[in-house]
Amino acid sequence: MKIAVCVKRVPDSETRVKISPDGKSLDEAGVKFVLNPYDEFAVEEALRRKEKAGSGEVAVFCLGPAAAQETIRTALAMGADRGVLLQTDKIPADPYETAKLIAAALKPDTWDLILFGRMAIDDYNHQIGSLVAQLLDLPCVTAVSHLDIQGAKGVAEREIEGGIEVLEFPLPAVVTADKGLNEPRYPALKGIMAAKKKPLEIKPVQPAAGGMEIVALAPPAERKEGKIVGEGAAAVGELVRLLREEAKVL
Amino acid sequence: MPPKFSGVDFYNIDGLLSEEERAIRDTVRDWVDENLMPVIGEAYVAGKFPKQLIPGMAELGLFGANLPEEYGCAGLNNVAYGLIMQELERGDSGVRSFASVQGALVMYPIYAFGSDEQKKTWLPQMASGKVIGCFGLTEPDYGSNPAGMITVAKEMKDGWTLNGAKMWITNGSTAQAAVVWAKTGALDDANSIRGFIVPTDTKGFSAKDQKGKLSLRASDTSELVLQDVHLPKDAILPKSGGLKSPLMCLTAARYGIAWGAVGAAMACYDEAVSYSKQRVMFGKPLGGFQLQQARLADMLTEITKAQLLCLQLGRLKDDGKSTPQQVSLAKRNNVDMATDVARETRRLLGANGILAEYQAMRHLANLESVYTYEGTHDVHTLILGQEITGLNAFN
Repeated sequence: MKIAVCVKRVPDSETRVKISPDGKSLDEAGVKFVLNPYDEFAVEEALRRKEKAGSGEVAVFCLGPAAAQETIRTALAMGADRGVLLQTDKIPADPYETAKLIAAALKPDTWDLILFGRMAIDDYNHQIGSLVAQLLDLPCVTAVSHLDIQGAKGVAEREIEGGIEVLEFPLPAVVTADKGLNEPRYPALKGIMAAKKKPLEIKPVQPAAGGMEIVALAPPAERKEGKIVGEGAAAVGELVRLLREEAKVL
Repeated sequence: MPPKFSGVDFYNIDGLLSEEERAIRDTVRDWVDENLMPVIGEAYVAGKFPKQLIPGMAELGLFGANLPEEYGCAGLNNVAYGLIMQELERGDSGVRSFASVQGALVMYPIYAFGSDEQKKTWLPQMASGKVIGCFGLTEPDYGSNPAGMITVAKEMKDGWTLNGAKMWITNGSTAQAAVVWAKTGALDDANSIRGFIVPTDTKGFSAKDQKGKLSLRASDTSELVLQDVHLPKDAILPKSGGLKSPLMCLTAARYGIAWGAVGAAMACYDEAVSYSKQRVMFGKPLGGFQLQQARLADMLTEITKAQLLCLQLGRLKDDGKSTPQQVSLAKRNNVDMATDVARETRRLLGANGILAEYQAMRHLANLESVYTYEGTHDVHTLILGQEITGLNAFN
């Protein structure tokens, strides 16, 4: 099986991010960057598919700055075969521009499966997978929590409100991975050492600005300090009154 | 779930590490967060080594990680190996001890003193965790003075017969194979000390759990008894010779301990910082009081010094230029430092500091063992004293 996995370098969710003085971007100083967690599910799924098929290739694509080589190498350390970095210091705010560059990079090859994380945890856009599928004229199933491949047919499960949706689709296809699809492996130490020797192609790209622009970033409003209204059963009356009259949730 | 551990790095020491070294450190750190931290408190109180972690550790490649790939090992440099030990001991000294023994005290002597046959037989099985090993040097009456050992190996026409007892053996009851050191000549002849690979199911070999430990409770510590243990000719490690051989193993393990202690200290410091920000007393966080700030400032200073010490020692070792005396200095300094950090954290946490729910008291109790094993603090003082003056103050 020939599988492409598209990944993104994102700030670790444990990191406290600061907004740059320009008010439109993050201050990257001291921020730890990781492979987007949803993309980890995609990488793991690709590796399992290849292992199950007994042969094939897992290629990792990433659009980002030079430092994103490290992100690709995380996937290579897990077991992917090669990487392609679409290098740019400016990731477009408009997902469509990113999708066009990724689709163009994928297009020259024939893939059995193209995997994405269902979203990146930094911008929450949920768009790249679907847009790339559209640009490549492939079927697309998003937020997949279970995947089964038989020959040229795929069966995917999606967790929807109150139940599970089961979809059948022909390959090749684009699938975006949700949490629960699998348990991503730790890269073995040997894999980390081997990753350096695997091919990593760097292709500079010039993204167009597209139709969107980030005009401002703002931190969420500070939460107001809680209020302790008393202790034990005696406090219940006052608590109910406040929930009704002040918080207006009852 | 508690927040992920993000390390302590006041001097941007990360910038001195390669991308691979950082990736290895971060992988082990995540593994410890997700697999070891959720179970260690309970395992410690129960006095049980968390055996269920062995397959995961093997899969990552933590055992004998600095030995060559041809034997199924990860073939890492010594800095990466040290970082692994640091991260494991950030979890618990007992778990780091398990990996130290398997890698530096069992796999290393087989690699350094074993025949090709022995290396091919044992090392891949040990790297994959299928065979767990232990190391028998210390005896009930010979701790700091291993030259005095009374375990003997008598050469017979069809092999060797071993008799004796070994004490304070980490992994003793878990192990399938023991590397046992014994005298093949007269009892006053330390040059006759040789190493033997003893499968623990050999007749006459027994291991008994050390009961009543108040330290390293999540580690298996045993006493080994060898009573007419008969071994084939090829059980001897052919290239071992004299006390120098086991001491080389200890130097290899001590190197990892110097790093491990930094991990324990980092865990405690991290706990101290977070507690001092959250715990409010007299209307403000503990961290707002000068006495607590002095504690934290001292901890951070000492940890930073110890980190740089380890890193330079590792670089020297990778260049083949480190000396056993340099390893002694690092083990001595870092374990003592970590014990102080654990104790100060324990105190900063007040009454909560005595609970297993927090880490400080567990690390403190563990580090008292680490202070004593692999060459006591005092023995390393004398090793350095001898190095400085050229005079032997051991006896």
